[in-house]
Amino acid sequence: MIYLELFWSFFQIGLFSFGGGYAALPMIEKQVIDTHGWMTAAEFTDLITISQMTPGPIAVNSASFIGARMAGIPGALVATLGNIIPSCVIVMLLAWLYRKYSSLSVINGALRGLRPAVVGMIASAAVTMIGSSWFAETAASIGGVDVLAVALFAAAFVVLRKWKLSPILVMSGAGVLGLVGYVVLGAVR
Amino acid sequence: MSEKLKRCLLLFLYTMRISAFTFGGGYVIVSLMKKQFVDKLGWLAEEEMLDYTALAQSSPGPIAVNAAILVGYRISGVPGVFTSIIGTILPPLVLLTAISFVYEAFIQIEAIRYLLLGMQAGVIAVICDVVCGLCRSIWREGRWIAIITAAAALILVAVFSVNVILIVLACALLGILLYGKEDRAK
Repeated sequence: MIYLELFWSFFQIGLFSFGGGYAALPMIEKQVIDTHGWMTAAEFTDLITISQMTPGPIAVNSASFIGARMAGIPGALVATLGNIIPSCVIVMLLAWLYRKYSSLSVINGALRGLRPAVVGMIASAAVTMIGSSWFAETAASIGGVDVLAVALFAAAFVVLRKWKLSPILVMSGAGVLGLVGYVVLGAVR
Repeated sequence: MSEKLKRCLLLFLYTMRISAFTFGGGYVIVSLMKKQFVDKLGWLAEEEMLDYTALAQSSPGPIAVNAAILVGYRISGVPGVFTSIIGTILPPLVLLTAISFVYEAFIQIEAIRYLLLGMQAGVIAVICDVVCGLCRSIWREGRWIAIITAAAALILVAVFSVNVILIVLACALLGILLYGKEDRAK
């Protein structure tokens, strides 16, 4: 029964993957390639590429993609549902506990200790992305630095800080300018 | 329309819009949520968003989905959880299902790659903008230990790839030791 298998596989992936998409990848790989043979290793590499080209968490992307390939739209639905059900149960419980107990002195103290660390972790995401964005080999690279990416970043940052434009607008604008810029530079160089 | 229903509907629209634009992992969605729900709408306090980030990060499953559950519950209770989950998973679910039928062609499209390179530069700017705002809050509070904690977390994760759950546990413990008693006295 393919629907049950899809559901159960992605349920396990949802339940045992901590710390976001890249931590879940090895587990997804094991389930879909080794355990079930739903994909070849080459197809799985394509799936990662597609996940990077599309919005949304890698685990949800994989569930929808593999579910749809194996069993059409119902397959995509059961796999995605399986993937998020563990989160729903566990995190809803946490949300309830948070509302009930976050004013307790011990919990409140723990949270106060945590908040600055969370700021550091969010900043680390920016640092990691800077590494892959600014130092990529593209049509705009000069001496290993992607000048266009740096310029777009600087412009977007100034616009966000100074005029408080909507982040979605700024990201889309950077995307369109990037598309034009790389196509033009690619043609010229 | 009742106020409750209106909020749920707005929550659905906002989470869906945010999810449709999260390229690049859980912290991007958290940054966008902070801008939307804390800065723009004032539905959440900044501290709450940071707490939710820590909880979402330390729970199993995708960070984006976990954060949506926490924010949804805070804003509209259990109905809020379901609206924000559906809002969050709908864009990737629809998109990836559609792509799965034509993926050999999709993966060849150069234009999408270029668009994404540009968007990534914008995404980094959004995260940096959010981090700047958060750093200012820490700075204003003026506790050295908080500034050191933030810097240490950044270095440990970005340079040494330390497991974030270890950092969460260590900082929670530190917080209990530092502030646990202080608050009880008040």
